[in-house]
Amino acid sequence: MEAVTENWDLFFRSFGYTVALFLIAAVLSMIFGTLLCALRVGPVAIMRAAATTYVTLVRNTPLVIVFAFFSFASPMFGLTFGFLDVHIGQFDFTEAFGAAVVSLTLYTSTFVCEALRSGINSVPLGQAEAARAVGLTFGGTMTQVVLPQAVRASVPPLASVQIAMLKNTSVAAAFGILEAVAQMRRFTNNFSSQRTEIFVCFALGYIVLVLLLSFAANRLERRWRVA
Amino acid sequence: MRLRKAFAATAVSLIAATGLVACGDAGDDGDDGVKVEAKDDCDGKFEEGSRMAELSEAGKINVGHKDDQPGLGFEGATDDRPSGFDIEVAKLLIADLCIDPESDGVNWEVTISDNREPFLEQGKVDLVLASYSITEDRRLKVGQAGPYLVTGQQLLVKADSDVESIDDLKGQEVCSVTGSTSIDRIDEKGAKGVGFDSYSECVAKVLDGTVEGMSTDGTILAGFAAENEGQLKVVGDTFSEENIGVGYSKAEPEMCEWINDVLTASFSDGSWAEAFDITLGPSGVETPEPPALDPCA
Repeated sequence: MEAVTENWDLFFRSFGYTVALFLIAAVLSMIFGTLLCALRVGPVAIMRAAATTYVTLVRNTPLVIVFAFFSFASPMFGLTFGFLDVHIGQFDFTEAFGAAVVSLTLYTSTFVCEALRSGINSVPLGQAEAARAVGLTFGGTMTQVVLPQAVRASVPPLASVQIAMLKNTSVAAAFGILEAVAQMRRFTNNFSSQRTEIFVCFALGYIVLVLLLSFAANRLERRWRVA
Repeated sequence: MRLRKAFAATAVSLIAATGLVACGDAGDDGDDGVKVEAKDDCDGKFEEGSRMAELSEAGKINVGHKDDQPGLGFEGATDDRPSGFDIEVAKLLIADLCIDPESDGVNWEVTISDNREPFLEQGKVDLVLASYSITEDRRLKVGQAGPYLVTGQQLLVKADSDVESIDDLKGQEVCSVTGSTSIDRIDEKGAKGVGFDSYSECVAKVLDGTVEGMSTDGTILAGFAAENEGQLKVVGDTFSEENIGVGYSKAEPEMCEWINDVLTASFSDGSWAEAFDITLGPSGVETPEPPALDPCA
């Protein structure tokens, strides 16, 4: 137990990276996922095909391979995140962090897209037809009529997607970021006699984060419930 | 059409990268190490009921090793058996039990840093020779005999870099394996340790310039520098000391004396030096004096 109790600073700093990765990738993946979804249900055939291909391709690629691509393959043709060099307090956001955020965002946005699309499918077609009938454009139909209803229906699956992403940040442990799992592996290496306690502490950390997230999702769901 | 081209480019570079990472590992494949003959004097050599007698009688032994450290413990995708200095020392121990190290009686089990203690405690392996540093904390859980090798951490940088030692890299990122002792030492030196999954991935990061250097045992770095001659070089003095020992289960304390006896014999008859020469020698490391063994408790 001392391994963790005497190193709370390291423990919380590692979860700080986990949370930072999660927050940034969550916001970006929601934005990018919504755009993808709009393309998938949109009226332009080539865009529909492109978005569908993208979702199929990325969703079927294991996350670790997406990470490996941005860590090892993309630097070979000059795409690196070396320009990223932000230091806030004890936190360093550099090349590896950029690669991790991009990997998580691109991967998670496909799931966001599909969760939103399931919500859109739950909105009766008449709604969109009525919106078009009163003269709204595709953009207007989406933002004013369809998406507000679709998002409500999509809250539970979107929450699942983001919870999965929160835990997926652990893949970054093997790609240069000292987040929770990487720190756990350091602790178990240095204090192998306290393996179980260390593991339990880090598992609890993840459970607390996921509970917070589920709680927030629940509140949203209640607040947006349609009468 | 453009889309398809982009995919093709992506696929090609991904394949190229995977190839690089995989090939980066390969030590010299053709080298099977020293041929160690099994002894045949085991009748009554070991005390009745001791673990050594049991192993020797069963003719079977499980040995934990690393598979990603060229020169120490390495097993390529197409290799039948692991190779390296750890493996050569393991062969000496196995042979002393009158088991042929080349036979099927030996089960070479890959261990990673994280599962060495659990594997010993659960009896999944009888011996661990996996660049296993001796530490006080580990000795609470398992037995560690030796050391049979003393190494130190060094720095590997690009050949055209003007970095001369780890002290030149304060505040900068230095790569090593996630959760390894090497990363802690990098941090202690004021650089920032970034962790990847294997040493070959770190080599790729050094080569593409996203990290300034990588650091771990000098013997491992020498192997990578030899593979990428002209592109990478090892710099600076060693800045840590790791005592590599043999792990055994605490439930079998009699193993310690036996391991130390075999090691002592190998120090004096030259088989230890020969093992060192054939595995670590090619990367330019000179064979040192055998280390002093810790006494058994």
